[in-house]
Amino acid sequence: MSVSEATSAVELHGVDVAFRLAKGGSYRAVEAATLKVADGEFVAIVGPTGCGKSTLLNIAAGLIAPAAGRADIFGAALTTLNRQAGYLFQADSLFPWKTALENVAIGLEIVGTPKAEARARAKDWLAKVGLGAFGDRYPHMLSGGQRKRIGLAQVLIRDPKILLMDEPFGPLDAQTRQIMGNLLLELWSADRKAVLFVTHDLEEAIALSDRVVIMSAGPAARIIGDWRVTLPRPRDIAEIKLDPAFHTLHREIWHMLKSEVIKGYAQAEGR
Amino acid sequence: MSRLKLTALQVLVGVVSLAIWYVFTTYPIFGKVLLPPFFFSNPVDVVKQIVAWFATGVIWKHLYVTLVEAMLAFAIGSVGGVLVGFWFARQPRTAAVFDPYVKAANALPRVVLAPIFTLWLGLGIWSKVALGVTLVFFIVFFNVYQGVKEVSPTVLANARMLGMNERQLMRHVYWPSALSWMFSSLHTSVGFAVVGAVVGEYLGAAAGLGYLIQQAEGVFDVAGVFAGMFVLAAFVIVIDVVVSLVEKRLLIWRPMAGDARL
Repeated sequence: MSVSEATSAVELHGVDVAFRLAKGGSYRAVEAATLKVADGEFVAIVGPTGCGKSTLLNIAAGLIAPAAGRADIFGAALTTLNRQAGYLFQADSLFPWKTALENVAIGLEIVGTPKAEARARAKDWLAKVGLGAFGDRYPHMLSGGQRKRIGLAQVLIRDPKILLMDEPFGPLDAQTRQIMGNLLLELWSADRKAVLFVTHDLEEAIALSDRVVIMSAGPAARIIGDWRVTLPRPRDIAEIKLDPAFHTLHREIWHMLKSEVIKGYAQAEGR
Repeated sequence: MSRLKLTALQVLVGVVSLAIWYVFTTYPIFGKVLLPPFFFSNPVDVVKQIVAWFATGVIWKHLYVTLVEAMLAFAIGSVGGVLVGFWFARQPRTAAVFDPYVKAANALPRVVLAPIFTLWLGLGIWSKVALGVTLVFFIVFFNVYQGVKEVSPTVLANARMLGMNERQLMRHVYWPSALSWMFSSLHTSVGFAVVGAVVGEYLGAAAGLGYLIQQAEGVFDVAGVFAGMFVLAAFVIVIDVVVSLVEKRLLIWRPMAGDARL
């Protein structure tokens, strides 16, 4: 590939996802999803519950294979796990038997970084996420927000080119989410990785990202909208939400999303 | 309740029980001794017997033999349980094939194996170790199997995304998870190792606490039987305390029961 030609960090081409059902037959979760994330771009995927946003993320991570279509990472087709991506999960994903420091250092240790160096760098990262004094705590001794910070450090210490985030702040309370959002933006602005951020919270999506992609309600969810967010950076999550431009954009996107959310609920209840 | 009061009450229960035992085996009530000393001995004789054992030092040999048997049974049973547990958990097909036999073997009351082991391995310690192993193995096996199977899928996916290969997954994910399950059953498995040793000795041996009790019973020395029981109880309590200490160290990363944060 030539240098002048800008390759996308993540590129999904007509991706279909189907799950085999236990009773036989299959459930088509996502249909013909095409999505490009440029290098250094922060893209949020928003959609009603159960629309397959996380599934799309797992395709980009290489955790599941699409039924049709393909995923390219920096121009190369993804056939195994996406080694260039860091993944921040919604549920607790820290190793409960490792201390905070060990949890952060592990990402380096498994690629053969000497233990002492891995630990030293892990310490720096703990400080960056504001938990410098908590290195010897085990995950169960930390709050949900603190665990997310550790998770963020665990992923970022490996310096992945792409950051995949699956409703990472979903389980947190409103204040903590804001603080975590600001922390994420601060860390991201340092080296601008490509980010694919899944959320059901439209406000969070607009406040964080460069682009907001809307998915329809499942089954056979599709990408139905793509908005560019031109709000100035650096942003403060709390302040940006007071910006009139934020409101205009929010109203516009919500108008489309609302009908999908209602459809999503109707489907969930009809089942 | 204050600590002092609690301790006082605990001591009181012991003293009252011993007093009742003593009175009913020594003094006639309405012209009749309610607990004939021939069958129930009495605390004084039992204490005398225990003191004699320790004074002459004969007890140490028996304690040592039982301890060695229990520890060997625990070690061999644990290693076997861990290996097979891992193997079955990672090879569902093998597990499925062996499943009915594992269930059948576990359903068998292990005491009936004692004569076979004595026949095969003689009256020495190994027949007792073998009995203990059959008990410990299944506890450890089931726990390790469960531990490997029940690794959180998110933690596993995270480990993969962090770039772990199969060996690293084994070392950083499956192994700690399996060990935590094994350690949480440490009290049970150590207890069963002791049970295996003592029952084995009781059914035929040349030394050990079970042998001591069986010998005393053979000559209707009830004081000896009770003395053996008390020494055995104290022995198990000491082992249990040690296990608790080990457990506390090994499972430091686990939330305590009643810890609100999960």
